[in-house]
Amino acid sequence: MGDVAENLSLTDARLAEMSLPTGGWSEAARSDALSRVRQMDLPERRDEYWKYTRPDTLTQPGAVPAALFNNDEAPIFGEMDRLNIVFVDGVFDAEASDDLSLEGIRIDRLAEASADIHWARDLYGALEAKGQDPVQRPLAALNTAFATDGVLIHVTGKPSKPINLTYHHRSETSDAILHHVIKLDAGAEVTVLENGPAAARFNKCMEVDVAHDATFHHVRAQGRDHERRAATHIFARLGTESVFKSFTLTANGVLTRNECVIELTGDDAVAHVAGACVGDGDFHHDDTVFITHDAVGCESRQVFKKVLRNGATGVFQGKILVKKDAQKTDGYQISQSLLLDEDSQFLAKPELEIYADDVACSHGSTSGAIDEDALFYLRSRGVPEGPATDLLTLAFLAEAVEEIENEDLREEINARLSAWLERHRS
Amino acid sequence: MLSIKNLHVKLEEEDKQILKGVDLEIEAGKVHAIMGPNGSGKSTLSYVLSGKDGYEVTDGEALLEGEDILEMEPEERAAAGLFLAFQYPVEIPGVGNMTFLRTAVNAQRKARGEEEVSAADFLKLIRARAKELKIDAEMLKRPVNVGFSGGEKKRNEILQMAMLEPKMCILDETDSGLDVDAMKLVAEGVNALRSEGRGFLVITHYQRLLDHIKPDVVHIMADGRIVKSGGPELALEVENNGYSDILAEVA
Ligand SMILES: Nc1ncnc2c1ncn2[C@@H]1O[C@H](COP(=O)(O)OP(=O)(O)OP(=O)(O)O)[C@@H](O)[C@H]1O
Ligand SMILES: [Mg+2]
Repeated sequence: MGDVAENLSLTDARLAEMSLPTGGWSEAARSDALSRVRQMDLPERRDEYWKYTRPDTLTQPGAVPAALFNNDEAPIFGEMDRLNIVFVDGVFDAEASDDLSLEGIRIDRLAEASADIHWARDLYGALEAKGQDPVQRPLAALNTAFATDGVLIHVTGKPSKPINLTYHHRSETSDAILHHVIKLDAGAEVTVLENGPAAARFNKCMEVDVAHDATFHHVRAQGRDHERRAATHIFARLGTESVFKSFTLTANGVLTRNECVIELTGDDAVAHVAGACVGDGDFHHDDTVFITHDAVGCESRQVFKKVLRNGATGVFQGKILVKKDAQKTDGYQISQSLLLDEDSQFLAKPELEIYADDVACSHGSTSGAIDEDALFYLRSRGVPEGPATDLLTLAFLAEAVEEIENEDLREEINARLSAWLERHRS
Repeated sequence: MLSIKNLHVKLEEEDKQILKGVDLEIEAGKVHAIMGPNGSGKSTLSYVLSGKDGYEVTDGEALLEGEDILEMEPEERAAAGLFLAFQYPVEIPGVGNMTFLRTAVNAQRKARGEEEVSAADFLKLIRARAKELKIDAEMLKRPVNVGFSGGEKKRNEILQMAMLEPKMCILDETDSGLDVDAMKLVAEGVNALRSEGRGFLVITHYQRLLDHIKPDVVHIMADGRIVKSGGPELALEVENNGYSDILAEVA
């Protein structure tokens, strides 16, 4: 009894401070999502899915204040030819954003889309709702219900440059909720970039519907402000012969939970999800991935690498579910940590659940330290200990970073990683 | 060039003395060879000189051009001009051979207050040196020593030596695992580097390498000491009769 009352109060306390945006095409989806939240309740420590990550600061009313990060490092992707869309503490900044029109793509804002956008109405909250089974993700439902803004991207062709969502953090107490919906038509192709600390607390959801033969590239850099907290979700549905590739760099952050839920629904689709994270001190990073194979001949890869030091914590919960008819599935999952000292920890829960008989699935998880022999070899050639350690660390992260197909983006990410490592040497 | 006096070394973790008073004087421009039974302490000497962890110097000294190297970090010894071709070169997955070498060359230059080499100049140089050692360009792109055959690893050590141009080169059994032609290549690589200002310490079990790299002095190490030194004929004696006569003689 006591439990139930407490549980109710947690969800109610959070909901009490929020108001559901009303009117417009998303109203029905939002109210459905609110019912899901009430029915599931917000996550608590004792929930199995939150065993390694404390959800309390993500669910409590109001954000824990987060100091702004001051250093003169220029924002990532800034030098690239891109269409930049800027949010400051979760609020769209028209002045700082580029013109939203571009050939082959149509971009609307969630907060502005008063007219009925048919495709978005069919999709908004739909993939999130689908992704609640078999594991509940209440923070994503909360997002669908209360998101204040986001972008609705309809990709009809192959736009000439990437779409960059930039999230600035300016207020120490900002509590932002954004929801993006991306739909790729058959044969379309787009690259979506995301970067920036966003807010003191950030709840972000991205639903991606990739039609047959379409290709979606996603590269995200979560960095800078260490005290920020984030819970993000990606829900993707993949059609026949489509390709979905997502890479995330996470540097700093007292709490980040990145969930990625992918359903391969068309034959011969390909889904790659990768992450590289580097954390120092009270860093806590959680990658939670759930990939469902529900079609024949699909390929999925999960590659997650974590570098942890001074008591940092890394979490990986990754699952490959292969349904009965998903024959010829090729599933690969690896999660590895490089622990730079004995205080840091890596908690991994790799899972395979396979109902088809003709599949090739492999998974592995390891924790290790710097290879002393390799370090000595480098030093004996004149490379000082710091740079030698960095070189070995970058080598460790390489398998994840190499999941980024575009060379320029790969280099941007590697440059950030190098700079971070150099700043955080012992 | 390299002056080792009364060097005593034990294992850090165990109470085991390995080097029991090594004296060795290698002059610039000279090639010294060390032979000796397995386990006599040859590799240990090379590791201690280059600064590997796990050993404790309990007595004695080692000076490189008058500077006490035993107090230096491994990278400082390298920048000072010391080079060790490893008996067992280390594989480093994820680090490209070329990146590795360029980082090393530039780190040493930086430590010595010299200009870094440009990517283009470096590329030109490494291509030429690699060709001399019959190392194909594809191997330069691969991760350091990963998937290299035993002989390729040894040739890669010599390539590194050629690129780093050290003053004092220690080669620990660089000939083992090499076929006849590769041994010739390695010897040519070494001979090409022989010069007035450079010293060599070649650790080997076989006379054959010494046919190609003619040593000035040959030492026999046994049980952590240099027990006998002589000219090239000493290596021939070992080749023909093994160590028993020599060891009996000095016992
Ligand atoms: N780290 C270590 N731990 C334990 N024993 C060691 C260690 N390093 C060296 N030794 C021991 O010290 C002795 C000398 O070893 P070392 O490798 O120097 O011999 P070596 O002369 O190079 O032999 P080989 O001709 O077989 O290469 C051996 O008995 C070896 O087992
Ligand atoms: Mg040896």
